[in-house]
Amino acid sequence: MKIQTETAERHTLSILVDNEPGILARIAGMFTARGYNIESLTVTGVSEDETISRITIVTGGSPHVIEQIISQTERMPPVYKVTDLTEIGPHVERDMALVKVAGTGDNRIEALRLADVYRARVVDSTTQSFVFEVTGNSDKVDSFIELMREVGLVEVARTGVVAIGRGKEAS
Amino acid sequence: MAAEKAGADILVEALLDCGVEVIFGYPGGAVLPIYDALFEQKRIRHILCRHEQGAAHAAEGYARATGKPGVVLVTSGPGATNAVTGIADALMDSIPMVVITGQVPTTLIGTDAFQEADTIGITRHCTKHNYLVKDPDKLGNVIQEAFFIATTGRPGPVVVDVPKDVQVATGVYRKSGPIAHKAYVPRDKPDPKQIEEAVEMIAAAKRPVFYTGGGIINAGPGASQMLCELARITGAPVTSTLMGLGALPASSEQWLGMLGMHGTFEANMAMNKADLIIAIGARFDDRVTGRLDAFSPDSKKIHIDIDRSSINKIVPVDLGINADAGRAMEDIVKVWKARQHKKADLQDWWARIDGWRATKCLAFPESKDEIMPQAAIRALWEATHKKNPIITTEVGQHQMWAAQHFDFEKPNKWLTSGGLGTMGYGLPAAIGAQIGNPNALVVDIAGEASIQMCIQELGTASQYRLPVKIFVLNNEYMGMVRQWQELTYSGRYSESYSDSLPDFVKLAEAYGWKGIRIEGQQELEPGIAEMLAYDGPVLVDCCVSKLANCFPMIPSGAAHTEMILQSDTVSGVMEDEAKALV
Repeated sequence: MKIQTETAERHTLSILVDNEPGILARIAGMFTARGYNIESLTVTGVSEDETISRITIVTGGSPHVIEQIISQTERMPPVYKVTDLTEIGPHVERDMALVKVAGTGDNRIEALRLADVYRARVVDSTTQSFVFEVTGNSDKVDSFIELMREVGLVEVARTGVVAIGRGKEAS
Repeated sequence: MAAEKAGADILVEALLDCGVEVIFGYPGGAVLPIYDALFEQKRIRHILCRHEQGAAHAAEGYARATGKPGVVLVTSGPGATNAVTGIADALMDSIPMVVITGQVPTTLIGTDAFQEADTIGITRHCTKHNYLVKDPDKLGNVIQEAFFIATTGRPGPVVVDVPKDVQVATGVYRKSGPIAHKAYVPRDKPDPKQIEEAVEMIAAAKRPVFYTGGGIINAGPGASQMLCELARITGAPVTSTLMGLGALPASSEQWLGMLGMHGTFEANMAMNKADLIIAIGARFDDRVTGRLDAFSPDSKKIHIDIDRSSINKIVPVDLGINADAGRAMEDIVKVWKARQHKKADLQDWWARIDGWRATKCLAFPESKDEIMPQAAIRALWEATHKKNPIITTEVGQHQMWAAQHFDFEKPNKWLTSGGLGTMGYGLPAAIGAQIGNPNALVVDIAGEASIQMCIQELGTASQYRLPVKIFVLNNEYMGMVRQWQELTYSGRYSESYSDSLPDFVKLAEAYGWKGIRIEGQQELEPGIAEMLAYDGPVLVDCCVSKLANCFPMIPSGAAHTEMILQSDTVSGVMEDEAKALV
């Protein structure tokens, strides 16, 4: 007998929660307990008094699983609202990475040139290294990091996805 | 400015404001200030259980039998971890419960202090919600909010972890008005458009079935009455999950019996052949559906549930109504009557159902010398049903036999661990039910293996002079495990024999109970009569046929139409796919 798995589609969920202690563990733990995927997770206070936080989760699953994820999250007492940004349509997603590259000569020049193509900024520099700041959707950040591997990638720090709906309405 | 009080006093006052009359608990170092505050007052009764798991199940039994939330008080560390099984059980069966756990002082949290456990972390995923209170000023409101969350929406357990220094430090308490939680807004009103749609679907159905569950019991006695009315005006058959037994009287002609793995042939066949299923407060559990791709293949499905995440979780439905079961049924009845719908002509459908009923699926082989366990349950029902007893069970064959052969006429009379399937539930639950209903006849139908899991609670019943009865169907096996081993593993009975059993009669007597042993047919009725005649707790050790199996049964991985009616149709081996299912 073999264990079977389902094919997944990627969804970005925006979750507004009461900023109470343990809320992140509560939500992340529910994902683990029910076998849902977390591709990326970010959290920070978003209201003026810091009592409400926005958690952005990128997850994957069949449409049926995504529906379950939303209603399982929404029924937790500290959760105000879950918005499936992928489902509602136009929205902006951003991911930021700090990418350290070391090298000299051609590699160094190539790294700078590529950074320019990707509109990555140099935020630290020595004679043998750069730290680039690159922002964009996850695919763009992925491909920039991939290219840097060839020119002396040392390490990466990354925020994960933050997202918000387009237009004047709150999402 | 209100006067400042110690946290422990605030806690007790808040419990009183929440209407608490009884607490089930066990003291310890980290709750000494709360126990001292309880000592000083007379309005809350504390029931000292013998183990924290017992306290939690007793609170569940109290809640299930009275409709009020159960309250548990235990100490930190092992007190809290022992309660976890009961908390998880309450979550699975949607039992309203508030558990107060002591915690080491805030200054010691995280230092591996004596009797420290991360109670909030441990209970996070087996509670509806939980709180760690670090400020006595907030304690009172947290308690009130905990009761609000535990009892509204889909009910469930809420843990409030109170460090010892918060119990001692002073703060201010004000009784809050109606709780308005910022984020948690339980939905109970159905959408009128969906109700209209449901009425049209029911009126148009040729082969409808009501598939009801524990949500109807949780929605209060009014919801059970509403189900009876709905059944009456539509004329449709009704089946129920294990948790929903008693919502519709078993004596009703429209009652098909329980459905699912050990449900009746007629209930499962009706589900399979229906053209409309109306699921109310039930959650399409794997014990109910059998093989999913063969579950009720030709029906449209309406699902009424207060928990939105239950809708479309397992089985996709055509109409999901996210609302309280009682209110939704009330609205359906109103619209049905306003439109002056007549009962649909279900004659053909009932004729088919009568055909399935004719198989007499609950019949069992009779024996002259041995007591058949099913016969013991029937005899118990005969002797007690006029007293309208509260029945609790442990988990296993005896539980399923009780569900099949003990007929319930009213809600809140059947207390069993359905979702989690916790052996050891029945005795403490019976104690809790008896505390809530001092004059009721409360019987725990048990197995000789399960009863030993919380046997220490015999002492609790003795202490509070509770006339609880335990009726042990003793077959010297963990019967359901043995049955599966017979059906799935060619009868290799790995560790399922109940060896070195105690003498239950002597054990009962050691605790100050009356003990009765029933051996052989001729002793069955007199033994039960003796049990009922005794004014006090009685443990009956009823020795039954050792190898009886619980049928009918849908084997794991099979469809409703593939029921095993009797043991001669069983092969004794299973495919790996079936073995992997629980």
